[in-house]
Amino acid sequence: MTATAPVPRLIEQFEHGLDAPICLTWELTYACNLSCVHCLSSSGKRDPRELSTQQCKDIIDELERMQVFYVNIGGGEPTVRSDFWELVDYATEHHVGVKFSTNGVRIDEAVAAKLAASDYVDVQISLDGATAEINDAVRGPGSFAMAIRALENLKEAGFKDAKISVVVTRHNVDQLDDFKALADNYGATLRITRLRPSGRGADVWDDLHPTAEQQVQLYNWLVAKGERVLTGDSFFHLSGLGEPGALAGLNLCGAGRVVCLIDPVGDVYACPFAIHERFLAGNILSDTGFGAGFQNVWQNAPLFRELREPQSAGACGSCGHYDSCRGGCMAAKFFTGLPMDGPDPECVQGFGEPALAQDRDKPKSHLDHSRSGGRKGPVPLKLLAMPAKAPQKFCNESPV
Amino acid sequence: MDSNQQAEDAAELVTETLVEEVSIDGMCGVY
Amino acid sequence: MAFDPDRGWQLHHQVAVRPEPFGALLYHFGTRKLSFLKNRIIVEIVNSLADHPDVRSACRAAGIDDDQQGPYLHAFGVLVQSKMLIPVDQNSPEGSTAS
Repeated sequence: MTATAPVPRLIEQFEHGLDAPICLTWELTYACNLSCVHCLSSSGKRDPRELSTQQCKDIIDELERMQVFYVNIGGGEPTVRSDFWELVDYATEHHVGVKFSTNGVRIDEAVAAKLAASDYVDVQISLDGATAEINDAVRGPGSFAMAIRALENLKEAGFKDAKISVVVTRHNVDQLDDFKALADNYGATLRITRLRPSGRGADVWDDLHPTAEQQVQLYNWLVAKGERVLTGDSFFHLSGLGEPGALAGLNLCGAGRVVCLIDPVGDVYACPFAIHERFLAGNILSDTGFGAGFQNVWQNAPLFRELREPQSAGACGSCGHYDSCRGGCMAAKFFTGLPMDGPDPECVQGFGEPALAQDRDKPKSHLDHSRSGGRKGPVPLKLLAMPAKAPQKFCNESPV
Repeated sequence: MDSNQQAEDAAELVTETLVEEVSIDGMCGVY
Repeated sequence: MAFDPDRGWQLHHQVAVRPEPFGALLYHFGTRKLSFLKNRIIVEIVNSLADHPDVRSACRAAGIDDDQQGPYLHAFGVLVQSKMLIPVDQNSPEGSTAS
């Protein structure tokens, strides 16, 4: 056996960054028929600078060249774009797998049948309550019924293994078993993710994020029953509650290293929870100093190079749990106004508490596509019906 | 997968493993 | 499924191979699993499997003699478990989303 230097483990390769993302989130539009109180992208109104169909196809061509394996298409509500299906087909024809995140508004029987016939498209239905009461308080009246209808249609059409994606909140953490049962009922896989103080989430985070006790409850549930539950590696900040490795996943922040976000106007951010200038790497359409196009941004943006350097543990260095929790989520720290080199606001050792109790500057994103005049905390939600015609481009009202 | 794990441990004694696997859903920042 | 190095194996048609400086990433579009091949030799062998009647000959062609093949065969066994590699008589694009 030829002796060679040992190749670093996969996780170390990932921390160092790859020449192309493994997958990425692509928010196709800021338009949305809903106004969920915690929307990470503060969506609602279409942005007039939204990428054209051809610009989107050019991005897909580049992703194909880079061999990005798949894209998570979201928004806003991506299916309200009139070219949505055209773009999905274009992506799969060009060897880029697609998973799209939807509130179910356009998943009728015909659409479900089309999806069931495709091998390379995965569907993720957003749901934040196992009952209409809990769900609609966050997502708006009728949104639970709309999501369930989509799941019904997919099941009837023979679509295999849809995903149900749940943001865990103070009010739905007691429903984890019910979510699992719901997923089983529709032949779907449950996915739970962490509520982050991003977008409109910043306005409701104090009231909606799980309490310390509930975090323990959640952790125990994942260890006991989470074997076939996906988490998008969202909960590695809870690792300190038990033995290292008890939670499946890489325990790795992939932002700028193996994943990133492309937003509806072609801006590239480190992660979908970090839509803020601080985490803006560049723009696909315009050269901001290191070349235009996605590959140039991914490979050369100073922000990404910085993220791919070894990260210091900072104030967490003396904590025995740092190896498991890695100091938590940078977006959670940033938007609660906590220092980036200190504990996560939900640090399970409670080290985030003192900082949260102080006066702090909570950075606000330069972007807000919320309807009804912008973010102002929980707003009365109106569920809009399915569209009769194609959406307007300059849209200050209903995007559908 | 137990015997696989044992074999993997044994292989690691000789040289490191040549393959590692992860599930792609285990990536943070993908929603 | 057991891995038999004396028969022919091939990449599942839903597997993409992406070269990396350290070796390669394999992504299975059906199972959504990612495998990381940690040296260029194993990548070369995997890419050449279709040209050889069995895995051992593919290894030898890449300069890996029988007595050195242990770690490679072990790695291939892992890839078979995760359905990245399938027997040569089983690759059928029609209706074969990986289970």
